[in-house]
Amino acid sequence: MDEALLRSLTPGVIAVLVRRGADFAAAEDAVQEALVEAFRAGADQAPRDAKGWLVTVAWRKFLDATRADAARRRREDRVAEEPAPGPAPAVDDTLRLYFLCAHPSLTPASAVALTLRAVGGLTTRQIAEAYLVPEATMAQRISRAKRTVSGVRFDRPGDVSTVLRVLYLVFNEGYSGDVDLAAEAIRLTRQLAARVDHPEPAGLLALMLLHHARRAARTAPDGSLVPLAEQDRGRWDTALIAEGVDVLQVALARDRLGEFQAQAAIAALHADAPTAAETDWVQIVEWYDELVRLTGSPVVRLNRAVAVGEADGPRAGLAALAALDASLPRYDAVAAYLHERDGDLPRAARLYAEAAHRAADLAERDHLTRQAARLNTRLREGRRRQARHDPHDTA
Amino acid sequence: MAKYLLLKHYRGAPAAVNDVPMDRWTPEEISAHIRYMNDFAARLEKTGEFVDGQALAPEGAWVRYDGEGRPPVTDGPFAETKDLIAGWMVIDVDGYDRAVELAGELSAAPGAGGAPIHEWLEVRPFLSAPPTITE
Repeated sequence: MDEALLRSLTPGVIAVLVRRGADFAAAEDAVQEALVEAFRAGADQAPRDAKGWLVTVAWRKFLDATRADAARRRREDRVAEEPAPGPAPAVDDTLRLYFLCAHPSLTPASAVALTLRAVGGLTTRQIAEAYLVPEATMAQRISRAKRTVSGVRFDRPGDVSTVLRVLYLVFNEGYSGDVDLAAEAIRLTRQLAARVDHPEPAGLLALMLLHHARRAARTAPDGSLVPLAEQDRGRWDTALIAEGVDVLQVALARDRLGEFQAQAAIAALHADAPTAAETDWVQIVEWYDELVRLTGSPVVRLNRAVAVGEADGPRAGLAALAALDASLPRYDAVAAYLHERDGDLPRAARLYAEAAHRAADLAERDHLTRQAARLNTRLREGRRRQARHDPHDTA
Repeated sequence: MAKYLLLKHYRGAPAAVNDVPMDRWTPEEISAHIRYMNDFAARLEKTGEFVDGQALAPEGAWVRYDGEGRPPVTDGPFAETKDLIAGWMVIDVDGYDRAVELAGELSAAPGAGGAPIHEWLEVRPFLSAPPTITE
């Protein structure tokens, strides 16, 4: 059977089992076993109703496992006595599974792992490879997460913002191993947005699509970072951008603004500009004002200072920056950029070097080191030229 | 999740509080120390925070390219003053606070007299996290 189809059916099947009274961990195990059997059956024997087939097989696996477990005899009796209810509406069940996997009692890392496994249907090996940890480590993380939520009641939807945060974490993890986590996050968010009657999932989907559309242009062939202003806009995926903008417009029309919609609006304004110079920075600043209002986040204020610097000049940007805490991540990098545009090259070079020293990831550190090196080279050449013009003034 | 490297030093770190060389401990104290470290690693495997760990031999050498067609230069076998790494463990945890908490636990391994050694451990974040999109 088709792997993508089976994967998309996984959450619904787990949810049916849980609704019939299976413990979450047991349901998840049973569905994994049913999937193995489905793969073994091969493409030639694809049943017409794949989901119905999976539910039947998984339920049988669950009953087998329950019967084999002497400690669970009491539940076996109960299960044997009660007739299994028919499948409930699939839409609702899958949605509940999203909320269960992102339950607030889980650490973000556990919520991410459980979501990828139960909702995304990825194997433990695939998740471990994507996060560059041993498979045994990821297996433990998932089984702990399952234990943590096994006592959680599966009767009411939780907080949508928790689910969105988990999906955004998956998206930002990017890509290593044989699974593209960004694409996986988009797939899951698409499902969620279709099921939740709220514009924020659509906002997150739009944001992911707009970021993803620029992915090919964001890194050079050698893996180094290409800043937005220098990206080759011809390499942006215009179909994804168009879809992201459409999704966002429908969401905004509902007039319930949230932080992901506002972020998507900023991404859309960037994606909309034919050249970096034509970016509508005034409108971007307005959206940052909304974001500050919605989140109060210092990181948002920092990004707003960059936008102010573009809209009203580097002095205005530096004034906005002065109101913020200098220990914020990337503060030095922003200050360096604004000072360079303001013409203070020695100070900008020093701040770029400082920022590189504090960078949290490799691509960013290399990028900032190159910025500092570029300015220092320019300053050195400037001094040399000056020395040639005025040979008496070299001390 | 973020990955951190916990480094144990043979030499180069500040002196431990309970600073008695291992060869002056009793065999039981050494066994207790090793058991503590193994239990620690096993516990991290269970929490899904363990990535890898290895012990290193105390002999180390500085090696340097010495120009076309020549063998690399080494500083010889008598390196007396440089830092030496005794071993390392890589953990994958929710954040810096958790990394420090775990390093603190590892530093409490028992030594002479069965008391914790309070050994200094180095905690270094990995620079490999993919960038969060901020442009």
